[in-house]
Amino acid sequence: MSIQDRVIAIIAEQAVLEPSDVTLDSTLEDLGIDSLGLVESIFAIEEEFDISIPFNANEPESSDFDISNVRTIVKGIEGLMAEKA
Amino acid sequence: MRRVVITGAGTINALGHSVPETLGAMREGRCGIGPLEMRDLERLAIQIGGQIKGFEAEGLFNRQQMALYDRFTQFTLIAAKEAIGQSGLEFIGELAAKSGVVLGTAGGGVSTWDDNYRTVYEDGKNRVHPFVVPKLMNNAAASHVSMEYNLKGPSFTVSTACASSNHAMAQAFQMIRSGMAPAMVTGGSESMLCFGGVKAWEGLRVMSKDACRPFSLTRSGMVQGEGAGIFVFEDYEHAKKRGAEILCEVIGYAMSSDASDIVMPSKQGAARAMSGALADARINADEVGYINAHGTGTAANDKTECAAVADVFGPHADRLMISSTKSMHGHLIGGTGAVELLACIMALRDGVIAPTIGYEEPDPECALDVVPNEARDADVSVVLSNAFAFGGLNAVLALRKV
Repeated sequence: MSIQDRVIAIIAEQAVLEPSDVTLDSTLEDLGIDSLGLVESIFAIEEEFDISIPFNANEPESSDFDISNVRTIVKGIEGLMAEKA
Repeated sequence: MRRVVITGAGTINALGHSVPETLGAMREGRCGIGPLEMRDLERLAIQIGGQIKGFEAEGLFNRQQMALYDRFTQFTLIAAKEAIGQSGLEFIGELAAKSGVVLGTAGGGVSTWDDNYRTVYEDGKNRVHPFVVPKLMNNAAASHVSMEYNLKGPSFTVSTACASSNHAMAQAFQMIRSGMAPAMVTGGSESMLCFGGVKAWEGLRVMSKDACRPFSLTRSGMVQGEGAGIFVFEDYEHAKKRGAEILCEVIGYAMSSDASDIVMPSKQGAARAMSGALADARINADEVGYINAHGTGTAANDKTECAAVADVFGPHADRLMISSTKSMHGHLIGGTGAVELLACIMALRDGVIAPTIGYEEPDPECALDVVPNEARDADVSVVLSNAFAFGGLNAVLALRKV
């Protein structure tokens, strides 16, 4: 599975949706993921890829990690994976 | 209904090992938050806290006591000694039979859990010390205070996360007001600054890596603290008859539940607790001169709390002062309301309002007088102390100058 598919699978599970219902343009709000769900998703992604995501739940918008939508999240993780490699 | 006064106060926290040291630090706006010292620190993302420095339990307690006292119990006993010493009360006869101890703590013996999990999981040992259970239990501190001072009345521990101490003190207040007890030892303590305790908070991703800056636009989250605040609450007539020095009067309280979210605070829940405390104390909103805020330094708390204050106080919200001393001593979790009550006593007795330090830039969503960075002289006669816990459990106390 690609990074994108694995991220979508995690987010879909958090949102209690089918992966096919999660598009790259979906925002977490669209998917019904609240702040607690977001922190849980970040944790699940970190565990899946064995990376640390710079994310502060106080000010999500000012974190280095862009969570605007699924596409930016996938892009951020691809970047972190590239750094790790 | 009996009137209830405070006749003794004690503490140990990152700002000092006594009430005078702590109030001195609050007056100077000194920060007790700094680099943590603990094992495996390099594995923590969060490496700052309001840790108590220069504290050696050995020497204060004997070998048998050391085997039984978790750090949260040690803090409690040190603060209780100062508070009960100041009150001058000796618990004998009927006073002893009716007086008790109600304390707050969120985690109890967290470092005892931590140390012993390490022993069995990491070190692979199959045996732990026989006193692990009596050492870690949440009521250990209350029980040891009762034993040390012969308090034989109602004693128990309240655990409502960050509101534990306020719920405990409200309960003690209610017991005296109703005539059930002539005096109560109350307050709370917490000692979560161990590897597991910090690691757990890290998980929520609301912790700051540099400083606690409540109400400041530049805030970056909360910072943990540790310590205890202990008070002697006493029936006013009882205190007056024996000529005790009265620090201030406790005039009311309210508790409320948000019934909405396990971590996100609710403006309505906070507002109901504050307005409930005013009603219980039979005071008008415009009599309140100072509020010791819950003020954790998270975006969620600070914005919600300020909005709730604006709702309850209306135009008077712009005239009262509200500060968060967590900026100096950190968030003592279950012990926090107790240490923060000291700032309320200082406001009423000394006419000094403790500041919110680390304040850099106004947040339009927290547009109140947060007493930024420097303590202020002010004559206030009524104050509130807010505590809003995870789980949506709120407790607010109202106090008056005597």
